[in-house]
Amino acid sequence: MKKFRPIISLVVALTCGFVLQVFINAGIINGYYDHIMSKMAMFIIAAVSLNLINGICGQFSIGHAGFMAVGAYASAIITKNPALLLPETVVGMPRYLLALIIGGISAAIVGFLVGLPTLRLRGDYLAITTLGFGEIIRVLLINWKFVGGASGYFGIKPYANFITTYLLAMLTVVIIRNFITSSYGRACIAIREDEIAAATMGIHTTKYKIIAFVMAAFFAGLAGGIYAHLMQSISPRDFSFLVSIDILLMVVLGGLGSTSGSIVAAIFLTFATESLRAFQALRVIIYSFMLIIIMLFRPQGLMGGKELSWDAVQSFFKSKQKQDLTSAKSTEGEG
Amino acid sequence: MTLAQQVLQQLINGIALGSVYALIALGYTMVYGIIRLINFAHGEVFMIGAFAGYFIITLFNIPIVPTLILAMAFCALIGIVMERLAYKPLRNAPRIAALMTAVGLSNLFQNLMVYFKAVGASPKAFPRVIDISRYEVMQDVYLTSDKILTLVVAVLLMVALQYIVHNTKMGKAMRAVSQDKDAAQLMGINVNTTISFTFALGSALAAAGGILYAVSYGKIIYNMGSMPGLKAFVSAVLGGIGSIPGAVVGGMILGITENAISAAGYSMLRDAVAFAILIIILLIKPAGIFGKNVREKV
Repeated sequence: MKKFRPIISLVVALTCGFVLQVFINAGIINGYYDHIMSKMAMFIIAAVSLNLINGICGQFSIGHAGFMAVGAYASAIITKNPALLLPETVVGMPRYLLALIIGGISAAIVGFLVGLPTLRLRGDYLAITTLGFGEIIRVLLINWKFVGGASGYFGIKPYANFITTYLLAMLTVVIIRNFITSSYGRACIAIREDEIAAATMGIHTTKYKIIAFVMAAFFAGLAGGIYAHLMQSISPRDFSFLVSIDILLMVVLGGLGSTSGSIVAAIFLTFATESLRAFQALRVIIYSFMLIIIMLFRPQGLMGGKELSWDAVQSFFKSKQKQDLTSAKSTEGEG
Repeated sequence: MTLAQQVLQQLINGIALGSVYALIALGYTMVYGIIRLINFAHGEVFMIGAFAGYFIITLFNIPIVPTLILAMAFCALIGIVMERLAYKPLRNAPRIAALMTAVGLSNLFQNLMVYFKAVGASPKAFPRVIDISRYEVMQDVYLTSDKILTLVVAVLLMVALQYIVHNTKMGKAMRAVSQDKDAAQLMGINVNTTISFTFALGSALAAAGGILYAVSYGKIIYNMGSMPGLKAFVSAVLGGIGSIPGAVVGGMILGITENAISAAGYSMLRDAVAFAILIIILLIKPAGIFGKNVREKV
């Protein structure tokens, strides 16, 4: 039974996705919710990838929006200019998917260039450098006339639909989960727990940190590309410091180091932002209050570093059974 | 105008801007030194200080010096309340939780200001509290009265801070707590009071910075704190976070380079250059200019 678990999970996830898509096609879920669900899937990719750096590898990065910007602009340029990089015959959906991959690779290259020198900094110093890097990218984009400068890049075709975004999010989660459970992931966790001890054990800390960083940058670029084709227009404002913070919030709220936590928090926060729109001016005030209250009462995040998994579900029921047994025994003893 | 005169003029402007950055950076650095928290809401205290000054002047019509003192007292109070309500419960929580709370507070302050009808989302003209007059220091090099005010107030406050930190009992307690909280507590220092005092001090300095900035630029708006706040944080890191002279030097470096870049005609790239300098300096000196590079021993 145990070895079928991943397959069961995959089948369940796939069915959910297709059922939702069928609902969208049938008009049971309207366009507005379709849009929000695609946005959720996009944020899941961003949050799960940031969790890889911040939660698994323990490196404090707050420049994720910078990588998203690179991916968004790179992929939008490719879908908007039919003669660029890809042959002109590749059009429509295949072009979009290839553009997303190119966007991700561009972000990964930038991630490598940024990570190589900066990852030797620790803690807050790394944080401020990644923040600075995100701001530098934003300022450079403002000054780049080819992509519209500060006013933004318009007329991007709306290739991003729910099912592709959902499948890409699923793929991201599967890849990152497998990375975390591989020897690479264990090395990263060792670095998070104690960098010096990890180095003493023969782990090449810089190498693993850069692998995690570049991988996260790739998926951030992917998320950025989806964002561009979902919103149909992007501007440097969309990738400001506050967006990095929003994604970091998903990771922290979900519980640092918990992939499933990041997913839950990405869904919850996207939904919360959208549903608070009804309050108009009070929206951000309520949102910030909510954030402060959650942090004050649950500083370790919703999942607190644990994963939502078959084992967790099973042990939950088992421990409940045990509790029942022990409580039954103790009452017997008393009697 | 010769090149030398131009350089001198930009240097004066840069030092004036730099001293505002330094005033904000001092708060960042002190708070970081004592509880290892990047207080992202600090830029908003700067903004609240400017608005407090605005309301004090328009309501009571009093001169600049009492306005400064009142606004500083008000922001000191806000700093204490902020620390007690939002940061104190998180003192033993993971540091990232406190950081997220700080971001939440920053958002909250900005949007509460927008929500107040008296503030709103549009910029407000800061009342002319001093006559802006120009003094020719050299041929074609001018010093305006708002810059003189900024420099004088900033220097006075920095001297006062230096005195408080190094010559008073409270200052000694602050230094002790920043070195080792537990040991300080064992020596009979009230850690909570000391941390509150640090927040009060930092917030008062930010308020002064806010008013000086408003006097120089003549305009205040609810989000005026975010960019100077970020720049001040960069200054603090540049100088070596936790170090008081470092914050002042970092602020000056940033103020001067920013003015130099604008004068050279690249004002659009100003913010990028500030961060580029930060990254370059951190790569050469990973703990900032005045930071101690502590080797971790196992």
